[in-house]
Amino acid sequence: MVSPHGGNGAKAQAIPQDAVASNAPAGLYVHVPFCRGKCPYCDFYSEPSPALASRWVDGVLREADLYGDLFSRFDTLYLGGGTPSFLSGEDLGRLLSGLQRRFRWESSVEITLEANPDDVTPEKAALWWDLGINRLSLGVQSLDDAMLGVLGRRHTAAQAAAAVEAARQAGFTNLGLDLMWGLPGQSLAQWRETMESVLAFSPEHLSCYELTLEKGTVFYQMACRGDLSLPSQAQSRLFFTATSRFLRQRGYVHYEISNFARGDVFRSRHNQKYWRHVPYLGLGPSAHSFDGRRRWWNARSVETYCEMVEAGGWPVAGREIPGPEERRLEALMLGFRTREGVPLALVGDTDRARRAVTTTVSQGLLEVQRQRLRPTLAGWLVANRLPLLFD
Amino acid sequence: MPKIRNFSIIAHIDHGKSTLADRLIQTTGLVSEREFRDQILDTMDLERERGITIKSNTVTLPYVRPNGEEYALNLIDTPGHVDFSYEVSRALASCEGVLLLVDASQGVEAQTLANLYVAMEHDLTIIPVINKIDLPSADVERVKGEIENELALDADQAVLCSAKEGMGIQDVLEAIVERIPEPQGDLEAPLAALIFDAHYDSFRGAIIACRVFDGSVKAGDRIRFMSNGAVHKVEEVGVMRLKREPRKVLKAGEVGYIIAGIKTVSDVSIGDTITLDEDPVADPLPGFREVKPVVFSSIYPVSSDDYPSLAATLEKYKLNDAALVYQKDSSAALGQGFRCGFLGLLHLEIVQERLEREFDQSIIMTVPSVQYRFTLDTGETVTVENPQYYPDPVHIQSTEEPFIRASILCPERYMGTVMKLCTERRGQNPRFNVPIPGRVEIIFDMPLAEVIYDFYDRLKTVTQGYGSFDYEVTDYRPSDLVKVDFLVNGERVDALSIIVHRDRARAWAVQVCDRLKEEIPRHQFKIAIQGAIGTKIIARSTISAFRKDVTAKCYGGDITRKRKLLEKQKKGKKRMKMVGAVSIPQSAFVAVLKTDKE
Ligand SMILES: Nc1nc2c(ncn2[C@@H]2O[C@H](COP(=O)(O)OP(=O)(O)O)[C@@H](O)[C@H]2O)c(=O)[nH]1
Ligand code: SF4
Repeated sequence: MVSPHGGNGAKAQAIPQDAVASNAPAGLYVHVPFCRGKCPYCDFYSEPSPALASRWVDGVLREADLYGDLFSRFDTLYLGGGTPSFLSGEDLGRLLSGLQRRFRWESSVEITLEANPDDVTPEKAALWWDLGINRLSLGVQSLDDAMLGVLGRRHTAAQAAAAVEAARQAGFTNLGLDLMWGLPGQSLAQWRETMESVLAFSPEHLSCYELTLEKGTVFYQMACRGDLSLPSQAQSRLFFTATSRFLRQRGYVHYEISNFARGDVFRSRHNQKYWRHVPYLGLGPSAHSFDGRRRWWNARSVETYCEMVEAGGWPVAGREIPGPEERRLEALMLGFRTREGVPLALVGDTDRARRAVTTTVSQGLLEVQRQRLRPTLAGWLVANRLPLLFD
Repeated sequence: MPKIRNFSIIAHIDHGKSTLADRLIQTTGLVSEREFRDQILDTMDLERERGITIKSNTVTLPYVRPNGEEYALNLIDTPGHVDFSYEVSRALASCEGVLLLVDASQGVEAQTLANLYVAMEHDLTIIPVINKIDLPSADVERVKGEIENELALDADQAVLCSAKEGMGIQDVLEAIVERIPEPQGDLEAPLAALIFDAHYDSFRGAIIACRVFDGSVKAGDRIRFMSNGAVHKVEEVGVMRLKREPRKVLKAGEVGYIIAGIKTVSDVSIGDTITLDEDPVADPLPGFREVKPVVFSSIYPVSSDDYPSLAATLEKYKLNDAALVYQKDSSAALGQGFRCGFLGLLHLEIVQERLEREFDQSIIMTVPSVQYRFTLDTGETVTVENPQYYPDPVHIQSTEEPFIRASILCPERYMGTVMKLCTERRGQNPRFNVPIPGRVEIIFDMPLAEVIYDFYDRLKTVTQGYGSFDYEVTDYRPSDLVKVDFLVNGERVDALSIIVHRDRARAWAVQVCDRLKEEIPRHQFKIAIQGAIGTKIIARSTISAFRKDVTAKCYGGDITRKRKLLEKQKKGKKRMKMVGAVSIPQSAFVAVLKTDKE
């Protein structure tokens, strides 16, 4: 059995507290590996049946026990998936109270639940609110029923609107909506229309993801056969910039490549931890963790995961300790995804680095502001390459 | 005391030379069946893949005739390419006879001819051997006809065999014994031995393969190389029997090896005569020629950090290949490297492949060049084989380039296409010979620069494999030369510069610009590629910027996988050369050298 602590011995000694690089409170992620069905574009791990849900809750709590006070305190909890809204109230309640008892929490915690619109009823929304969940992330994806059909979603635009309404009624004042663009056959005008309609809900947060083809998905196979008409590179550039312009004009902060907030307070506190190298603990199958020094990840299948924790071991499938060079690369890679970019100090002040800064700035990919190197829209469009320009 | 026969095998590629050699080795019992390994003579991988023998190997086969007479048959292997024609001639000069191997289904092919001429020049006994008679497509009568008509040899004398099936091998051995004359030589005369091959052993130093013509040599003798006067004390003599087998003495008529603690390989030149220091022979054996490099190119490590390792490797390599010459070189684009001189383009390719494959070096080679001569306005003449040292054009009074006498042998029907090819390559003054009915020898005066590149490949194409090619450098002739530079986003990539004839400059520049466009990956900005003479742009291409490379989602915490992807890209980038802000992959430098596939 692999332990993220590097051995099977006493865990408290295995990871010295000072290994946690940052003083910032950590984030807790729980992977809920259940979905009603499989969307044709999605490569996340999920089980179609909730039969294992209660066993899974036990497993997650067992896993939580293993970590004790390794992470001193948390200020976010994110239930992601999969489809967390698929969980029964009972399982969800058991999970939340169990986690609450096992870890130390800041006084103000952001608790996010990912929900599919077809799961959101006024009753469920009220229940979630009562359980302490204070942020919903709704997988709306589109407000065009034809597009929703193409995406294989089980909800309609009307259901999405009803879900928003239910959430608001239940008391949610921090609502995030997930949208997708660059869909098969989608025009820029259609996309603008979707955004326009979505803004009528005044969401606090918007994630606008470009549809990406992931290996092993139905869409991927269709694309290989040429059965999917996706936008060209030039078109998708246009989608990206148009989205940014449109939402910024409507008062949203474009704070990460795919993320927008109606004011800085509504940024996703949890997701920012990933981009800022702040520690996070991931519980559940295929979840990833980072303690400030080490990274480790869990077994992918619910079965294996449960068996491992039930046997009293770590459900860990792999781990690594990134060296200084690797951490730097991570910091560049993650930092350049955000509006804040990276501190100038991170790229160093060798001649090479200075030259790279001058070149990228003159190419309009980055800008220097308050000792930080920040990506422009053009820079974001090539974000994957940016770290390579500084080595 | 066994009697001696010295022979070699001449064959077109794939007609079965290696198979026959293996078969002879096996039949004479030099190795047991168990030890018998296919293709024993060709030990280097590289040779096998390219189907040519680069470094000749020699082996002494013990043969007992049915009547009980004992023989030592020395099989001298020869390299098979025009760059090595000199080595071939030295190897053949060490024999009294050759087996001319012809594939029973393919018949006589052009490549056979060049070496056959050498054999004829040396007055060697030629035994036609028709191989692969086991093949259903074998047509012995037709092949006999070709031997008769095209080679003017007596086809009735042809020996039939199948090297693969082991048929007729005894007949081949008997023919060698009966028809090839016993070597003549005066045991009492001063030592005269011909060096036809040498290679380096890290423990023993140079191992010289030689044919003793007169006198004898033994351990303890002080031998002298007649070309340079170097004297060494012999440590060991012997014969090659797959492994070296020491003997007390090597006598007139014999073929064997000499080890004399020679650490400086450059002392040993193929074709040189070895004699005894105390009792030297008056005249060296005829035919010695100093091998001079004619093609030059620079070698750079892909990663500049590997320069010391490349330096050490070249030093080692040179021990086994005295023909390679090199000196330090440096380039703004590629950093520290070496300027190397080669016998020809094939030699260059072999060095390149061996460095990469056997010595595990990642290298970039620059476009090969010949040695040009420039007369400056000061009256001074400078020789330049590296475009980097191209003189300032305002001071150049006149330019000259090396010319060769190119001799192409092919069936008559290809005369037209060969003439056209040679004229395209600036060939002048065509002459013709008809050595055998149906074949022509076409002789042209041609600039060496025109053949070092892809001439041989083209020739093979236009003659469908029937053209053979040989050349010798003759003289320097006036020429109109220019230097073409290549600029990537305005920065000159010195390693791509080339000196060419003015008429060829544009075509070259266009081709290189296109190749670079294919090989240089898109960057986040537009890249302009230009070919220029001085400040005048003569060709250009553009690589448009990549438009988008961004991952929509980056959370869920799986940072490791994404970072690993970046690391992989970063590694790839390390193998590239930075010119300004542009990363040029090694493949771009290689692609520039690729021959045009029309
Ligand atoms: N059928 C048949 N094939 C042969 C014979 N001798 C050689 N070969 C095949 O011909 C090919 C070329 O032989 P090889 O000895 O490598 O030719 P080399 O290039 O002249 O050294 C190989 O595939 C051999 O197996 C033979 O007598 N009969
Ligand atoms: S997109 Fe969401 S609901 Fe659809 S399969 Fe993936 S995780 Fe499940």
